[in-house]
Parts: sequence; structure tokens; C-alpha cells
Amino acid sequence: MSDSTGPFRFAVNVTPKPGILDPQGRAVESSLGHLGIEGVRDVHVGRRVELTVEAADEAAARAVVERLAGELLSNPLIEAFSIERLGGEGSR
Amino acid sequence: MTVRVGVVVFPGSNCDRDTIHALTLAGADPVELWHEQASLDGAAAIVLPGGFAYGDYLRAGVIARFSPVMRAVAAFATAGGLVLGICNGFQVLAESGLVPGALLRNRNLRFVCRQVAIRPERLDSPFTRALPERATLRMPVAHGEGCYYADEATLDALEREGQVLFRYVGADGAIASPDAPANPNGSLRGIAGVANAAGNVAGLMPHPERAAEAILGSDDGMWLIRSLVESAAERARAGGGMVGSPR
Repeated sequence: MSDSTGPFRFAVNVTPKPGILDPQGRAVESSLGHLGIEGVRDVHVGRRVELTVEAADEAAARAVVERLAGELLSNPLIEAFSIERLGGEGSR
Repeated sequence: MTVRVGVVVFPGSNCDRDTIHALTLAGADPVELWHEQASLDGAAAIVLPGGFAYGDYLRAGVIARFSPVMRAVAAFATAGGLVLGICNGFQVLAESGLVPGALLRNRNLRFVCRQVAIRPERLDSPFTRALPERATLRMPVAHGEGCYYADEATLDALEREGQVLFRYVGADGAIASPDAPANPNGSLRGIAGVANAAGNVAGLMPHPERAAEAILGSDDGMWLIRSLVESAAERARAGGGMVGSPR
């Protein structure tokens, strides 16, 4: 399976934008004391979406992922996203 | 001649029948609009009811945005048609970009289901015009993601342009700050409902249709429902074509 012909596997990581209220992150952070863990801060809870794209080449596949990450997987008012290229096709 | 008001039904909507009941009480002719249909069946106004459209997967309201009926609703809204989103319907409108801002997870992370007090910020909107005064209204909220958020510049602009329609208020009538007990979800500046710039699309988290009869504990919600029906009837009489055009 050649990596240049696809299919292409990606992950999209969606996180709250800096300064946006993140009560989940705060709840996780405040629970750490109960575990006896200290020195951990700036906890932010987001979402990770993994997907496989059929496309002519990696650039075309990435363009599809960019579009769906911006239009569907994240809300640009409150969330940022980053795209990660994963090795292999993943399970199908 | 009763005015036709469309109530959109997504898979997971659960306040559609209550909304239809309240609209009927207000003298309208409500029709259900299934999410897969691309026509609004000549409705003079549209209500997006509460519930959990498409299971609220990913983010509340986002999947509904891409349904055929929402493409028709967006076109209707852009053409000036009246659209009211209640609770999940508000989330759908925000995700669709038809009203400003976003609805975040409640500040305390809990699903909140209780009666709240809200105050209308203006009486000249299509959604509040039946109200005789800016009195406090009591109606329930029931949501997990109702914390209204927009950046500071947007919030200032909304206030300046009169797009804030409803705010949560305390017993003393003061605006409920994000941490106040009277603010059920942590909404910035106590915002419970907003309108778009043109004023024809509005969303709010509280449920007017659940406060439609005194036996339910409050009938204050009927002021909003009646306002919408009056506004829709007026537009249907005046224009006809624009509001009813099938797509």
C-alpha cells in the first residue's frame, strides 16, 4: 500500500479557544487533588476525530479534512482545530 | 383566516407537540415540517422547537444545520422571514450562523431544568410585541448547553444594536451575572435570548411553550407565542408571496 495513493488517514483535534470558558477542563483540574497529583494546570478538554479519506493525493485529502474540520467538526467562534496525518489506513 | 406557522421536526425534537399546542392556543394553524423536506409548505413563520436534534452529537445543533429543511429555513430567514428558535432550536440557529454567538456547556456542567425569570429588553420586536410592558416573565429552562457566549466586541455590538432580546434577572429585577443563582447556565451578561441584525430571527433558551397555560405554573410564555403569531399574520396579510414562497 503506497502512502502517496491513499486512502489517507487523519486525526482532527478540536480544543476550546484560549479564554473560552472550559468547565470540563476546570472540573478535571479540580479533581487532581483527590488523586494526590500536584503541579498540573491549564487542563483543556477537547475532542479528537479520526477519519479515512479517499482522494487522488494527500493534498486533496487534506483539503477535504480542512473543510470538514472548519465547517462541521469545530465551531470557529469557540474552538480551534489542528490536523494530524496518521500513518496507515487505520481499521476500516 | 388563521396564519400558518411551521414547526420543524428533527429526529430527536421533543418539544414540537407542545409548541404546536401553544401555537394553536394563540390562534395559529401550525404545521409540522419534517427535517428531510426542502419546502416550508407556505408557512408565514417558522419555529425550531426544543429537543436533541440528531442526538446533539458532536455539538448541540450542528448536525441539524445541514439538513434539507434548514437550508430552506436559512433561505427563508435571509429573505426576511420570521424564525424563532427555542432551546435546541436556538442552538441550531447559532450553529447555522443565523443568530450571533454560541451556546457553551453550562458553567456548572449540570443539566439544568427549572423555572427562571427573564426580562424582555424591547417590546417592539416581532417576538415581544404583544407584551404590554417590560415585566419579568417566568418560564422553564431545560438544557445542558445554554451558556451564551460571544466575544466582548460582539456583546457590545449586540447591546448597542438592540439585539439582546431577553436576560435572566434576579428577584430584584437586576440582570443575573454569570455566577448569580438566577443565571441558570453562566450566560455572559445574563443573555437568555438574542436576535439577528435584521431582527427577524430570534433564539432563546427558556421554553415559552412550556409556560402556555396557568395550570403549568405560568402562562407567561404565551406573550411570546402570541407575538410571533400576530407578527406572522401581519406579514402574511401584507406580503403573501415572500413569506409563503415554496422552495
